[in-house]
Amino acid sequence: MRPVAVVGIGKTAFGAFADRDLRTLAVEAGEKCLRNAHAEPSQVESFYLGNFAGPSFVGQNHLAPYVSTALGITGVPSTRIEAACASSGSAFFHAWTEVAAGVYDLVMVVGVEKMTSQPTARVSQILAGAGDCSGEMKVGSTFASLFAMIARRHMYEFGTRKEHLSMVAVKNHAAGALNPDAHMRKVITLEQAMNAKPIAEPLNLYDCSLVSDGAAAVLLAPLERAREFTAKPVRVLGVAQCSDYVALDQKPGITTFPAVRRAAEQAYRMAGVTPREIEFAELHDCFTIAEIVATEDLGFVEKGQGGPYAFAGCTALRGERPVNTSGGLKSKGHPVGATGVAQICDLVLQIRGEAGERQIERHSLGLAENLGGSGATCVVTILGAA
Amino acid sequence: MRSGTVYTETVIWSAPEAFAADVPYQTAIVALDEGGRVTVRVLGHRVVIGDRVTEAEPRGDIPFFRKV
Repeated sequence: MRPVAVVGIGKTAFGAFADRDLRTLAVEAGEKCLRNAHAEPSQVESFYLGNFAGPSFVGQNHLAPYVSTALGITGVPSTRIEAACASSGSAFFHAWTEVAAGVYDLVMVVGVEKMTSQPTARVSQILAGAGDCSGEMKVGSTFASLFAMIARRHMYEFGTRKEHLSMVAVKNHAAGALNPDAHMRKVITLEQAMNAKPIAEPLNLYDCSLVSDGAAAVLLAPLERAREFTAKPVRVLGVAQCSDYVALDQKPGITTFPAVRRAAEQAYRMAGVTPREIEFAELHDCFTIAEIVATEDLGFVEKGQGGPYAFAGCTALRGERPVNTSGGLKSKGHPVGATGVAQICDLVLQIRGEAGERQIERHSLGLAENLGGSGATCVVTILGAA
Repeated sequence: MRSGTVYTETVIWSAPEAFAADVPYQTAIVALDEGGRVTVRVLGHRVVIGDRVTEAEPRGDIPFFRKV
């Protein structure tokens, strides 16, 4: 396989945009990405769209050519990938395989979700479709309730405390407040985070990511051609996707995600790096507990120590290993189908040194972890300066 | 009647639209004595991890359990 680089990135702001539809969001991100790479639509040889539930949220199927043709990309493969909240991480993985294998040179990935046109209870119902509807979901579970049950068990097994969870929210809001594209640019206190209204005990409003509209795009090329498009190529050092049971109650344990561990092992091996060497990360904080579990499953800390690690400030913007310098899903927002590619964009911004007020000092080796459902899909990507 | 031990639980305050009228309600993953785990609704008293529970009357195809 040949080395692959990210040669262009583009994102919309994340938020609730009553006047924006799915396609205009996706096209904005795609056009920004092409401009960023000084590329023309006619140069794109294959197109991937990551999208979770466009058919349910906005009533549109056949979404990949619906978007790609609007970008002026025609006559090439145009493929939608659905893997719950890991849809565009998975789309990125599949785009990478095409470039790495030498099937195509220039492949674009766009992730998009338009969620806010539906009321909250309807959004919960649609998102529940990413769980096992023949079992866990038919009793009235929500994704918040599944992660709440993970949090309860994590507390029981490891002594994780509510304030550990809340500190993740405080930290991610502090970083997101510096991100001009974030959905909720609001600093919150630990007291506010601890005492918000309950959603699924022990999780409250501030433990949950946001329901957002938004899109993100990246352009991939062989490393040997990267400088045709950008002065600052970023290399895909490692990437892997792994799967597991959809239903939480079928997993042997629920305080660790085997799909995350396996994807991480493969990505670390491909990149030739150890967890200790990762300087910063964008992790899938759909709920605060998910970020804590991820820091453990990725090997940043021992199993069970993710709560104290976050509480001590180690993962804060100015901590020893910043996690979610973008604000994460918590503050930046979580348009589910856009999230995986948005994480890649945020790593690229840091590696290029273009992250503005939230730029960190050690930024040459970053990791993204994009989780689908309660761990049924995971994509781990490691990027580094080329 | 199936019985088992509460493996984990939560109380839901924000529900999908089909369950909005039930809020708040408790769900749990129960480790069944016969083996395997199942996600259930909890009737009556709230339960915590480690509590013994048994299956209550069936309602449709939703498993309802209550504290022993």
